Amino acid sequence: MTLLEFARGPGLQGALIIFVVGVLWRLVGILLLKHKRDYNEPRYGGLWPLWGGFKMIFTRFWPRKPFQARTAYNETLGYIFHIGLAIIVFGGGFHILFIEDLFGVSWPHLPNDVIYLAGVVTLVAMIALLIRRLTHPVLRMLSNFDDYFSWLVTILPVVTGLMAVAHFGARYETLLAIHILSFELMLVWFPFGKLMHAFLFVPSRAASGYIMTRRGAST
Amino acid sequence: MSDATERYPIDTEQARVSVKKPEVRADEQGEMSDDERVALAMQHFAKDFGYTAAVHMDSCIHCGMCAEACHYYVPTEDPKYTPIWKIEVFKQAYKREAGPFAFFYKLFNLKPSVTADELREWQELLYDSCSVCGRCSMICPMGIDIASLISQARHGMFKAGLIPDELHAVAERAETEGSPLGAKPDVFEDRVEWMGDENDMEIPMDKEKADVLLTMSSIEIMKYPQSIAATAKVMEHLGLDYTFSTKGYEATNFGLLSGNIDWQRDMSMRIINAAIDIGAKYVILPECGHAYSALRWQGATMYGKPLPFKIRHISEFLAEQIEAGNLKLKQDNVAGSVTFHDPCQVVRRGGAIEAPRVVMDALGVDLKEMAPSRGFNYCCGGGGGVITIHRADDIRYKSFQVKMKQVEESGAERLVSSCSNCRQTFDDGQTHFNWDKTCESLLELVADNLVEE
Repeated sequence: MTLLEFARGPGLQGALIIFVVGVLWRLVGILLLKHKRDYNEPRYGGLWPLWGGFKMIFTRFWPRKPFQARTAYNETLGYIFHIGLAIIVFGGGFHILFIEDLFGVSWPHLPNDVIYLAGVVTLVAMIALLIRRLTHPVLRMLSNFDDYFSWLVTILPVVTGLMAVAHFGARYETLLAIHILSFELMLVWFPFGKLMHAFLFVPSRAASGYIMTRRGAST
Repeated sequence: MSDATERYPIDTEQARVSVKKPEVRADEQGEMSDDERVALAMQHFAKDFGYTAAVHMDSCIHCGMCAEACHYYVPTEDPKYTPIWKIEVFKQAYKREAGPFAFFYKLFNLKPSVTADELREWQELLYDSCSVCGRCSMICPMGIDIASLISQARHGMFKAGLIPDELHAVAERAETEGSPLGAKPDVFEDRVEWMGDENDMEIPMDKEKADVLLTMSSIEIMKYPQSIAATAKVMEHLGLDYTFSTKGYEATNFGLLSGNIDWQRDMSMRIINAAIDIGAKYVILPECGHAYSALRWQGATMYGKPLPFKIRHISEFLAEQIEAGNLKLKQDNVAGSVTFHDPCQVVRRGGAIEAPRVVMDALGVDLKEMAPSRGFNYCCGGGGGVITIHRADDIRYKSFQVKMKQVEESGAERLVSSCSNCRQTFDDGQTHFNWDKTCESLLELVADNLVEE
């Protein structure tokens, strides 16, 4: 079995299993905890708290006005690299073929040049965020293994993908195999660290939205 | 070189030449081993741990944005004041001991176990430099309610005997004497009688039955007793059947602030039982922020079932009565422009956001809002028990400067609020900084402007 065959076969299967089982384990482990009954008379009862919880899932995508100036750097670069990753994953011709292989669905792809540009921009934004994490006193203090490792497993597929399309450093098949393996590493790490925010942002925001809307408090 | 020279080097950089300011020293209560302290802290932190706390413990992405919302971080830029960092030790313990991947964290030792010395170090962060104002919860992109997690961590710290002595002392007084500041039942009765005499009115005490039970904050009883008369005047104006009760009058809840949930329950139950005894339909909470959080949003939790009466903060009650057309106020009798300080627990976290504005509108006040205001307003810096802790004065004054700037920039001539704890924090800051603004009470403004029939 070549490296590429491994990456496309058992490697991918194994990574997907860990990803799915791990994500479910972590979500279920939290969601099954007791929901405390709130006997305090609500300011807004009925379906309002549910609506408030649902609403907050979306309203927290963007900082409220009083906070915008102080969070502009983080927010801008954060948005750039998240959108960049989305363009690459869901717009790239290779990736759409890969998804089609797995799930049988496909859609038109974006021009390759757009994908390469998105790759480079994403790379730059992620490096800028790493530098900030290493130099900003607050971020440096908060950061632990999870932060740096999650950064690494996210940037590796971008780097190896750009290397593969540029045929840089090794045979294309080898580069492609390394690229797929780097993506699998990300899948494997995903449930254990902060990458889980891609799922957790929903229950986390909704919980606060529910409680605060019930009180009529600020959300 | 002596040991002292090494431990306390002379600091020549400051205006006052002295030995270098030592690190904050942690207070301790009770005799127990370090292991016992850690075990108790973790056990009582995890007690009552529900879904919301768990999902929030698990969701932080370490973006650091909460620091930018905190009135202790903004003026100092000291990273240790980053809100989520204040629960770091408990977050670690949760992930290692209780989270869905606890076995994984333990296996690879990704989260080291917490030590008693770390808890001691964290005492300053959990008590001296957090007023539980919840502004950080407004900025968090994951929507984490950091303030509630701080309160949860305080539950652990209290049982571990690791809270600031002053806060412990006032909480203990509140539990044993009925009031944190010496407003025992007989003192309270005296002061109500005195206020009745001063204002030529009979203020009812311990009526057997009444529709409305009034409560007071000990800060008002001891420092701003006019609030007692002001509340009674409003009740008389509305023609309501009301009373004070020596069995349940103290609305502050130092059980909540210190982190002793058993005491919190005792303190809430005094009011709840008194209200049930007299068959009250309403309990009116005074101008006090955390009293509102304690009874309005946690009272029924303490009681274990829905309460048989309604609870209103006085500002909320006034607004409701104005909107119902029952409370008639003199328009345009308040001289000068006014800015309103939103008490965090009543407004941002309590939901009585527009009520004070309804009241000020009815008074015809020229209101100049602070920027930002309402749910985004900066805390006075003294909430959450911080004002009781003397060693926290430095950081509190730094945060108070943020508040003063906000007030000044509003351009208003007068400052009004509806929380007596904020009010005393403003009084203290005013003295400290020789400031020309005195914080006034919204309730007293109303009482001074009632239309006489």
